[in-house]
Amino acid sequence: MAAVGKSVARKDGIGKATGGAKYADDLTFPGMLFGRTIRSTIPRGRVRSVKLDFDTAGFTIVDHRDVPAKNAVDLMSQDQPFLVETEVRHMAEPILLLAHEDKEKLSAARVEIEYDEEAPLFDPEQSTQVFKAIDIVKGDVAAALAKADVIVEGTYRTGHQEHIYIEPNGVIAVPEDGGIAIYGSVQCPFYVIKALRCMLGSAHPNVRVIQTETGGGFGGKEEYPSIIAGHAVLLALKSGRPVKIIYDRVEDMVATTKRHPAIVRHRTGLTRDGKLVAMDVDVLLDGGAYVTLSPTVLSRGCIHAAGPYSCDDTRIQGRAVFTNTPPNGAFRGFGAPQTEFAVEVHMDRIAEQLGIDPVELRRINALRPGDRTATGQTLRDDCSAHMVLEEAVKRTDFTRKRREYRGTNRTIGLSLFYHGAGFTGAGERNLKSKARLELTLTGVRIATGSTEIGQGTRTMHAQIVTDALAIPYESVEVAQPDTSRVADSGPTVASRTCMVVGKILEECALEMKEKLGGLTPAEYYARSGGLTVERMYEPPDWIQWDDNTYLGDAYATYGWGCDVVELEVDPDTYEVRPLRITAVQEFGRPIHPALARGQIEGGTAQGMGYALLERVVMRDGAMANSTLTNYTIPTTLDMPEVDVVMLENPYPGGPFGAKGLGELPMDGPAPAVVNALRHMGLDVREIPATPELIAACGTIA
Amino acid sequence: MRYDRVKFTLNGAVRDVAAPPAARLIDVLREECGLTGTKEGCGEGECGACTVLVDGEPVCSCIVPVAQVAGAEVTTIEGLNGEHPLQKLFMDEVGAQCGICTPGMIMAALSLGPAPSLDDVRTALAGNLCRCTGYSAIYRAVMKWRGMPIPETAGAT
Amino acid sequence: MRTAVSELDLRSTASLDDALRILRDERRTPLAGATDLYVGLNFGTLPQRAFLDIWAVDELRGVAERGDALVLGALATYTSLIRSPLVQRRLPMLVEAARQVGGVQIQNRGTIGGNIANGSPAGDSLPVFAAADAVIVLRSADSERRIPITEYYTGYRATVMRPDELIVAIEVPPVEGRQWFRKVGTRAAQAISKIVVAGVRSAKPSVAYGSVAPTVVRVPRTEEALAAGAGIDAAVSVLETEIKPIDDIRSTAEYRLRVATNLLRRFWAETA
Repeated sequence: MAAVGKSVARKDGIGKATGGAKYADDLTFPGMLFGRTIRSTIPRGRVRSVKLDFDTAGFTIVDHRDVPAKNAVDLMSQDQPFLVETEVRHMAEPILLLAHEDKEKLSAARVEIEYDEEAPLFDPEQSTQVFKAIDIVKGDVAAALAKADVIVEGTYRTGHQEHIYIEPNGVIAVPEDGGIAIYGSVQCPFYVIKALRCMLGSAHPNVRVIQTETGGGFGGKEEYPSIIAGHAVLLALKSGRPVKIIYDRVEDMVATTKRHPAIVRHRTGLTRDGKLVAMDVDVLLDGGAYVTLSPTVLSRGCIHAAGPYSCDDTRIQGRAVFTNTPPNGAFRGFGAPQTEFAVEVHMDRIAEQLGIDPVELRRINALRPGDRTATGQTLRDDCSAHMVLEEAVKRTDFTRKRREYRGTNRTIGLSLFYHGAGFTGAGERNLKSKARLELTLTGVRIATGSTEIGQGTRTMHAQIVTDALAIPYESVEVAQPDTSRVADSGPTVASRTCMVVGKILEECALEMKEKLGGLTPAEYYARSGGLTVERMYEPPDWIQWDDNTYLGDAYATYGWGCDVVELEVDPDTYEVRPLRITAVQEFGRPIHPALARGQIEGGTAQGMGYALLERVVMRDGAMANSTLTNYTIPTTLDMPEVDVVMLENPYPGGPFGAKGLGELPMDGPAPAVVNALRHMGLDVREIPATPELIAACGTIA
Repeated sequence: MRYDRVKFTLNGAVRDVAAPPAARLIDVLREECGLTGTKEGCGEGECGACTVLVDGEPVCSCIVPVAQVAGAEVTTIEGLNGEHPLQKLFMDEVGAQCGICTPGMIMAALSLGPAPSLDDVRTALAGNLCRCTGYSAIYRAVMKWRGMPIPETAGAT
Repeated sequence: MRTAVSELDLRSTASLDDALRILRDERRTPLAGATDLYVGLNFGTLPQRAFLDIWAVDELRGVAERGDALVLGALATYTSLIRSPLVQRRLPMLVEAARQVGGVQIQNRGTIGGNIANGSPAGDSLPVFAAADAVIVLRSADSERRIPITEYYTGYRATVMRPDELIVAIEVPPVEGRQWFRKVGTRAAQAISKIVVAGVRSAKPSVAYGSVAPTVVRVPRTEEALAAGAGIDAAVSVLETEIKPIDDIRSTAEYRLRVATNLLRRFWAETA
């Protein structure tokens, strides 16, 4: 019986609901120490002295001199040290590590650090240190602007966003025979391996990473856990004992990555009847103090910056720059929520200025199959911009409500958005991801590095294998990611786990089916012993991409969405009460409808928080509201239920027609909210749209 | 450090633990009693992941000194023995995604009466943060448990 | 970094007399539901090290009428206030305030005495008590005194309470007139107040604000304007000169002032 397309029982088992599932902090090892990170308390300067103001008996103490090989986190660049040598570039930068078997003694230890302070740089617009610059040119935007009937300009701003996975970061390093094992709350076990190999050099070849049950990631456990793993390993090597480092909430918020703040400028030319003729876009991302993943965040942000619209002459320029703030990094959407916020709010401002209905403006310009995107990619039949738009407008009775709410404190707005699935351009080809299927006595075992972080990796992969192999779903096992035992299927990011890794698994299963030749696993074992099939991802052969010009097929396919938000604003307090959200999204085909719906509902909630509530207050280069009391994510009473509509338009290159889904829902809510506010006469161009901001933007009926 | 004997009923059995009286209940449960189903998400009583029942009422165990449960009945997620219908419903309805908020969410939901409205569910769970689900799937699990109809959307139209 | 528990000295008692004796002899901070103090412990921001746990002092838990006053035991939790028919009848604005404190877990542990003792200018119950002319009953081993809540705070988290005293009860005289409460928090639930207002509409109206000053405040000049029938516009003009809110991580002075005046208008319109 087919599993794909059904909400089958999840492979997680019951452990998450019984308390039996083991997260990093639930594990202990004999002789284990607890680790603690001593961090900088200035945003910029040099360390002059470090004084240990406690009895050091029983403590393991590590600083940069304990790094065996290279004191650099090997990511896109090797600019970030595991531990500060002398130069401090941001608040909460790790300087010293302590470990002790008694948490109490560890908490009580005092370290005093003296610095020579230097003047910090906080304003990205003043920064001259550019991590990455991008310039995507299609046609001649200057000439097209010169000929346009109307030009509309605008600047849009988005703030930091904190991931708030409910499980803070945590890693345990455990010395074992001939090497070291790292257990942790991680999205990308092989990223950790790469970083540790660089830090340890050839003297410590045997490291493996085992993903523990992970209490949420959202991009926040993509790259930062490599640093924590490095710290735990340094303490474990020095002490010869297992070392557990669990961040508390404040440390997690102050020290780890966030979504990049952005300033996006649009200059758009149109004909009088609303046809886009020129789009000139400038994107500035605040990268923070180190490169981390900023170049690729910028890349995805820029590629999505013209929105899901057709325009012959476009130019998108982008820069990610240095500031003396904690480095920003991966977060669900990866640059696109920032730039799609800007373009979608800009579209409603254009509609307002031209006196055109915003739905009509989108009907005129939204991409269709055969149209070319800002990178010059010609879209195929799996482009669904008009389909999601029309469904959302019809389902919500948008036009009537839009008219009826005018002049009241109730309003409605929409956003149209898209999200490229998988790595950008040649990324998937360069990545060479692999997946493996191993025959067991009763079925098969999936052995990939793809992590289950709540989104349903285990279940959805098992469904794909079940149907491709035509065996019972129950006979498919999913191995816990352990880098010594599973194939490197690339990072669990970029909405690629279903579409890309799922596709490799589908191919593995088809190959295995052929090799089994109709035998059951037990029969095959009896006759020939075990069987393992491993395959590498082959992106579609038609993908053409130029990494220098950023022109070509940016993504093999895109998911499409249209969000409609209805809300009320309290005329006295400017508090926004969302009433109803309709999320119409097309992502190929849902493998597991209930899990897919969960991605949309959850991503929409994260988007609503981004739109209205989640404000990171930076003071002197550090997050000043680093608690769950003061950094406010949506509670049950902040979120209305989300009316989810899943439309299908299969992508032939995905398993059973599936595209990527994880990030798409994050792109739509913020512009839909702000466009609804605009319909009330509130000229908001920034998120989060807090009551304080709204109060400054106008009055409410 | 002073250790006191603190005697309380834990999941139906009498426990007598030695702990500093100011120790947090969550630490005693996780470290002394080995019950790691109770999770710590914030240490400020804000996320509700550490919710346990004390004399039947949900509390945040990260901000309760253990001395205050002397003589009380404490129930943790382990006390449901994996047999409570809500536990399976949280998995089936995908009310649990990453699962870290799930034990606390279930313990908080237990305080709901027999025929809760959606607003009752929202209010009862307002002290529990979930970052994965947007809460809708959690409502579906809880409403199903209580045999209540599940509205398609909760917002006014 | 969390405060090491080993640095803390927690002593518990179930008897009020014991508690008062201990407070006479030792310098200890009373600890009830721990919903504020243990957050400080977890954040390592707690200045105190010695505590007196009074959670088990059941005689401080009751809600009763004494004479014509409503008497709330200091250990009454928000949950018990929400459930109390007496409080629902006599002080509905307190029920409204209690419902909006934290989540259920906090309502089950947080106490009214703790909210007063903590003295945060954002404390949700404080404007209710201020608008209702409540009196705080402080007892020590050898004396008892009654302080109107409007005289209780001397500055930011500073009070007239002596270290040997304990808040044992809050007495609320009969409230004549229509009660009104509005909290503007940082989100819909589990929110800290950015501004909180309680008002009573009568011949002598009373209005109290939280989060607009270092302490909860009544606005006597505004009340006079309202009482004198000067009209709401005039009262708003007075209010604008009477409170001076500040910027902090949660909100801005400008927003607070504007919303404070808007809510004065709404109070007046909705209780008309």
